[in-house]
Amino acid sequence: MNIALHTDIQQALCNYVLQLADTNLILGQRICEWCGHGPILEQDIALSNIGLDLLGQTRSLYQYAATLQGESKTEDDLAFLRSERQFKNLLLAEQPNGDFGYTVLRQFLYEAFQLLLLDRLKNSSDQQLAAIAEKSLIETTYHYKWSAEWVIRLGDGTDESKSRIQKSVNEIWTYTGEMFIPSVDEQTLTSAGIIPDVTNLKEEWLHKVTEVFAEATLDMPDNNGWMQRGGKTGVHTEHLGYMLAEMQYLQRQYPGQKW
Amino acid sequence: MTEADIWTILETVPDPEVPVLSILDLGIVRAVSIEANDSVQITITPTYSGCPAMDMISMGIRMKLLENGVKNIHIINQLSPAWTTDWMSDAGKQKLKAYGIAPPLDQHNNSELFGEEHKIQCPQCNSFNTELISQFGSTSCKALYRCLDCKEPFDYFKCHR
Repeated sequence: MNIALHTDIQQALCNYVLQLADTNLILGQRICEWCGHGPILEQDIALSNIGLDLLGQTRSLYQYAATLQGESKTEDDLAFLRSERQFKNLLLAEQPNGDFGYTVLRQFLYEAFQLLLLDRLKNSSDQQLAAIAEKSLIETTYHYKWSAEWVIRLGDGTDESKSRIQKSVNEIWTYTGEMFIPSVDEQTLTSAGIIPDVTNLKEEWLHKVTEVFAEATLDMPDNNGWMQRGGKTGVHTEHLGYMLAEMQYLQRQYPGQKW
Repeated sequence: MTEADIWTILETVPDPEVPVLSILDLGIVRAVSIEANDSVQITITPTYSGCPAMDMISMGIRMKLLENGVKNIHIINQLSPAWTTDWMSDAGKQKLKAYGIAPPLDQHNNSELFGEEHKIQCPQCNSFNTELISQFGSTSCKALYRCLDCKEPFDYFKCHR
């Protein structure tokens, strides 16, 4: 342990690390569904590569969460033996892949947020969280570049690609608000000076997104409209249950299996 | 056995994905120390968070040290400071090129969208007349290029920093 943490802060930190891990795991699992189905081989490989980075970051986070819990659980227990209501991932991450445009757009919106968040977390007073963020930030920079460039290519592409990605923007938008609505655990950690206030990241995120959308000739949706929420408190869309059923099947059916 | 001896042994542990490089060439080993009870402590750092080779690298270190009579081995995984291709040795870069992989450039702009691309030299014919095929390649650490002169596709070891 880095510092002797007050119990409720330690609990909040554990929940928060799980929240970060769950989002990365679910999004990584989602985009790896493209493996063998990508529009062209290079982009198929790109999505699996990004998925692998997310999975690696997830492992560091789950290992840390397991240490914080102190119940001798492993990273595998956390990934494979928790149920839907225990997962704290953003709703954005669990949405089905849609077409390639929807997938790269979702990736872009998430990586743009991660870029800002990790840049703050790398200076966190919690040393392990800071180390994971520092490591992840370099990878995120690369994912951001890839996804933003694809949003621009498709938006500023053919009539077909533009109309389809614009439709995806309008569909996905209500799932972006949740990133900037802090959970109770995030509020506790912000007060304790361990993590930044996510509400303050919104303006900078909007600025980044607006800039890329302008270059992609895409229309920004109304930013003051209704936003979905629930993921951080374990209230998910129907899609997560199906994902977990597939992802966790082996560990549930044959407990303790290892690679 | 001294710490210098341990470093010499580690020089012979290859990277599982690019076996022409040792783990020292890659800059993966951050520290070696011999503790009071003769246990050897090795601090390593992952290249990429999801690099599947890390477990094999730990295993490779353990096996090689056991072969050399070191029994009490502790391997520590350290995330910070984050690994960068700046830590790759010059010898390593030359070995990569001879193996057919273009070594990482010192300066490569990864943040600017559609930023001007640095010309990557073809490891086969040395031409700079090359183009990016894909930002992602066969492993996390590589991107895919093609040479417009000799027409060969080749891997580029991405600048990571």
